[in-house]
Amino acid sequence: MRATRFPARAVGVADRMAGFMAHLRLNGLPAGLPEAETALRALERIAPTDPGEVRLALKAICANDADRRARFDELFDAYWLDAGRIRQRPAQGADRGRPAPRQTSNLAAATASADGRGTADAPETSGDGEADMSGEGRLVASRLANLRKTDLRALATPEELAAAETIAYRLARAMHDRRSRRRKAARRGAQLDLRRIARHSVARGGEPLILLRRRRPERPVHIVALLDVSGSMTVYARVLLSFVRGLTSADSRTDAYLFHTRLVRISDALRDHDTLRAAGRMSMMAEGFGGGTRIGANLKAFNEQYARHGVGGRTVVLILSDGYDTDPPELIDAALCRLKKRGCRIVWLNPLKGWKDYAPVARGMAAALPHLDLFAPAATLDDLAALEPVLAGL
Amino acid sequence: MDWKTLQADLFDRGYVAGDELAMALHLSVALGKPLLLEGAAGTGKTQIAKTLAELFDTRLIRLQCYEGLDASAAIYEWNYQRQLLSIRAAAESHETGSDIEERIFSEKFLLQRPLLEAIRQDRPPVLLIDEIDRADEEFEAYLLEVLSDFQVSIPELGTITAKTRPYVILTANGARDLSDALRRRCLYAFVDYPDRVTELAILAKRNPGLDARLAEQIVGVVQALRKEDLEKKPGVAEMLDWAAALAGLGVNDLADDPKQVQATLVCLLKTQADRAAVPIEVQQRLVGKAA
Repeated sequence: MRATRFPARAVGVADRMAGFMAHLRLNGLPAGLPEAETALRALERIAPTDPGEVRLALKAICANDADRRARFDELFDAYWLDAGRIRQRPAQGADRGRPAPRQTSNLAAATASADGRGTADAPETSGDGEADMSGEGRLVASRLANLRKTDLRALATPEELAAAETIAYRLARAMHDRRSRRRKAARRGAQLDLRRIARHSVARGGEPLILLRRRRPERPVHIVALLDVSGSMTVYARVLLSFVRGLTSADSRTDAYLFHTRLVRISDALRDHDTLRAAGRMSMMAEGFGGGTRIGANLKAFNEQYARHGVGGRTVVLILSDGYDTDPPELIDAALCRLKKRGCRIVWLNPLKGWKDYAPVARGMAAALPHLDLFAPAATLDDLAALEPVLAGL
Repeated sequence: MDWKTLQADLFDRGYVAGDELAMALHLSVALGKPLLLEGAAGTGKTQIAKTLAELFDTRLIRLQCYEGLDASAAIYEWNYQRQLLSIRAAAESHETGSDIEERIFSEKFLLQRPLLEAIRQDRPPVLLIDEIDRADEEFEAYLLEVLSDFQVSIPELGTITAKTRPYVILTANGARDLSDALRRRCLYAFVDYPDRVTELAILAKRNPGLDARLAEQIVGVVQALRKEDLEKKPGVAEMLDWAAALAGLGVNDLADDPKQVQATLVCLLKTQADRAAVPIEVQQRLVGKAA
């Protein structure tokens, strides 16, 4: 977490409140003038000197989704109650290109950061997503998460990425165009609808003046992509991310998710027309990018949260992962089994499968195999391109 | 009215609201901003709107969202059948075209849908926009417009401005991401499953005749069940159903008759897999822990 320096000459409540909004913005919460104004109005309606009440009020105003709500208390303490500054250390190396976090004028902070210089290397723990949520060690956890915000802008060569995107786009189009087997009445169509023609001609003395038609209506297939961006997948992550972006651009109903230790929905970020802003949003979401993997737990979370509405009989769930999981394989087994019950098709693309002599021995991968409709390699762009006819026929 | 009073008033009417929710609700009423409630199904999001309406002694106007909800179902629609009949009748009385037009596009032929109805009340009603995440994004945009100006324009009639500002409560349970624009327009509160003490208070409030020991057991079991790996976690409503069922059957202690208790679990577990996940042994273990 980044702490904000107090303005040396903050005059009055409005100034402090504006400072708090800036502090929230700096930490990724969308707070601005309207929030500040609401907050000031709210202070008139509560006891403004009671920290508990102010905390509740500001929380209702500024923390406007479940994620932000979970982080809010910590940010509140840091600004208003001076907590958190003690742990503030300059992130060295890890945040290249970014201006160094501002130092607080607090003496304790200064000494702490001086101590910290030698040991700025963040330990690579993978379970920080959990630690974030509860009790002690919060500050440390969130500082780690910040260091790991990997910047997705510096990708592999732009041509490769564009190629991956095009392939994905074509793939998605090929899968999308699906027609029903039955025919229905329609204004235009290949076949004459004799039954209706006969009925209508009754009114005209038996003359078939109007020709009615039938056609096979479209029953598009929707894609849900789940992309593994854990440590073992980092080398592929960038290209695959472009691939997923290609998938989402083909159809507005395509859904995309990232997972490592947590599951994050990225469909909206991917569709952002402003590529720079999209990259910014993505790297914000990718806290923990390159950390450990919890495939089983994430699939379970997907089942519980999103699958209910997004996955049905006309859905293809595309999992892009190497199958190395830190959770027990039973979790994957159970999660996929439940997902399968929604009537969807499950496709697993594994970058390792392209290697010679690869066998799906990773325990997670082995557990997943029985549930898959297709298990295909995704090591090279050619692999991905070769999927087109297979997926189109699925 | 401060938020503690509001909390107490809600409590008197049978709704036990946590501090966060009570504060958000208070600010929403005081500042005239919509309140967005998120949380799992069965945590009492809809109930809060009902209780609030009761507390303010005003109408509750409810708009249930669904995919494909559009302006004609949410805001207004002309009564076409009536218009057609009226045109027919007018043709016989030799009314002029412009007269007919004026007549059939008047208030009498307007069907008010919840949003329009809510802004035309003399006394500010509670407007509940339920499960906003089920409606599509286009509707969300329309809603934003209504919520920011509290006015609706009908081309044939002109702009209708709100007489009073309704208290707006939106609920969502995560079917899709809501836009940041909507979130920022609202105050936010997350409604979680209640903790043990709160849930006991709810049960005591809703089912006052219940034996205290049995209530402890019921809440204990339900709380433990939520920690089990279930497809659908039992909500507060389910807990109340179960308590009512047990009271109706005359059960005094959950440990007395495991078979009967097992049969009543239909109130809590709503899928076949969940039923299978809690066999009689597990149920007894939970009861044992809760006691």
